[in-house]
Amino acid sequence: MVNYVPVLLILIIAVGMAAIIIILSRLAAKNRPTREKLMPYECGVEPVGTARERQSVKFYLVAMAFLLFDIEAVFLVPWAVVFRGVVKSEAYGSLKYVFYGEMMVFMVVLFVGLAYVWRKGILEWNR
Amino acid sequence: MTNLLLEWVIKTIVILLILVTAVAYVTLMERKVMAFIQMRVGPNRVGLGKFHLWGLMQPLADGLKMIFKEDIVPLQANRWLYIFAPVLSLVPALMTFIVIPYGGEITLFGRTIELHVTRMNVGLLYVLALTSVGVYGIVLAGWSSNNKYSLLGGLRSSAQMISYELALGLSIVSVLLYTGSLDLVDIVNAQGGFHGLGWNIFHYPLLIFVFIIFYIASLAETNRTPFDLPEADSELVAGYHTEYSSMKFVMFQMAEYLNLITASSIATTLFFGGWNGPSVIRFPFLGPVYFTIKVFFLIFLAMWIRYTVPRFRYDQLMRFGWKFLLPASIVNVIISSTVILFWR
Repeated sequence: MVNYVPVLLILIIAVGMAAIIIILSRLAAKNRPTREKLMPYECGVEPVGTARERQSVKFYLVAMAFLLFDIEAVFLVPWAVVFRGVVKSEAYGSLKYVFYGEMMVFMVVLFVGLAYVWRKGILEWNR
Repeated sequence: MTNLLLEWVIKTIVILLILVTAVAYVTLMERKVMAFIQMRVGPNRVGLGKFHLWGLMQPLADGLKMIFKEDIVPLQANRWLYIFAPVLSLVPALMTFIVIPYGGEITLFGRTIELHVTRMNVGLLYVLALTSVGVYGIVLAGWSSNNKYSLLGGLRSSAQMISYELALGLSIVSVLLYTGSLDLVDIVNAQGGFHGLGWNIFHYPLLIFVFIIFYIASLAETNRTPFDLPEADSELVAGYHTEYSSMKFVMFQMAEYLNLITASSIATTLFFGGWNGPSVIRFPFLGPVYFTIKVFFLIFLAMWIRYTVPRFRYDQLMRFGWKFLLPASIVNVIISSTVILFWR
């Protein structure tokens, strides 16, 4: 656990650095706001409507597909880390083929999931 | 214990200073490389007094200029999120570097120092987790600016980053199959054979495909051309940081270049032997030198690609990520595990 102390250290230093940068620019720079400066930038004309508009549902679909596949990818990581050790040691005998085969089945499931998402047209952007 | 703590503090501060300097000079390098590719000279005026020094003082001048720029918070923006977003994007980018080994052991003042800030058995997951946190900064910046371009840029960016993160994660799984460890120090130490040339990419030639996928995905993760849709200048002005000025803008730029440096370092560590190289065992101080050379070569490659390849269209980008890179990386995992099971 003691190896994680530097994470805390660098978090503190990095946040401190960011805070100093922001405060420094506050102190050093002149601040003369006008109405035009504080408008949202739209190529120099008066902003039309609001930015809080509804966006394409595609973004949400991609996010959902990502969540599923990322969980599957995370599931692969521990298997990948121990794979070599298990396969190369004599202790497991033919169990290593089970260890390999099970994950291949999982991979096929992953592919089926991808094929489903593909077929449903979530990956098509110009429809 | 106090000694250890002191060592950590010193290492952390040194690595931060090196990183900030490196970021400053990577921006200069980018401008120089761009200039030479486009047959121009690039910034070459800013120096010390009479000496132009090939423009080496340019980053310093840029930094000073940016500090004195007016810091604007648009009226309609969500004030606190607007200020918080660049911090959220910079801090994780700075934090990733502590697990990356940049050298072996050197003896300094009669004390053996390992050239990495810390090692943890989940080092690679730590890096992946932090790069994912960086997405929040971009999304928050896009949303809180209350500007159409920013919002579009933020949305595009998040969709792109999560799409390519899959390919990135799965290509890392292929590497893990060979290395059998998530600890970056272990991964580098295992590549020290053949007089320092036992790099993963030489040892396991199949990894060349994994590297290509990893490199493309990491270019997309760091929002670089040809994947710079989030800040496509010609359509979205500047994407998620349209409304940002002064040092907040600098923080986004820093985060972007830090991510580029981190991605290159991870690629170096995983595929090109980290700090390993010829006769590094005899002269340990060569470690950081080799590491820097490899990292900067990969950074140069990214710049070269940037000024050679045109930008993707958005649907092409999504199609490429989901329909080519993702299946390709899954197939890579299958092939790698089969090879390990039956041959290696």
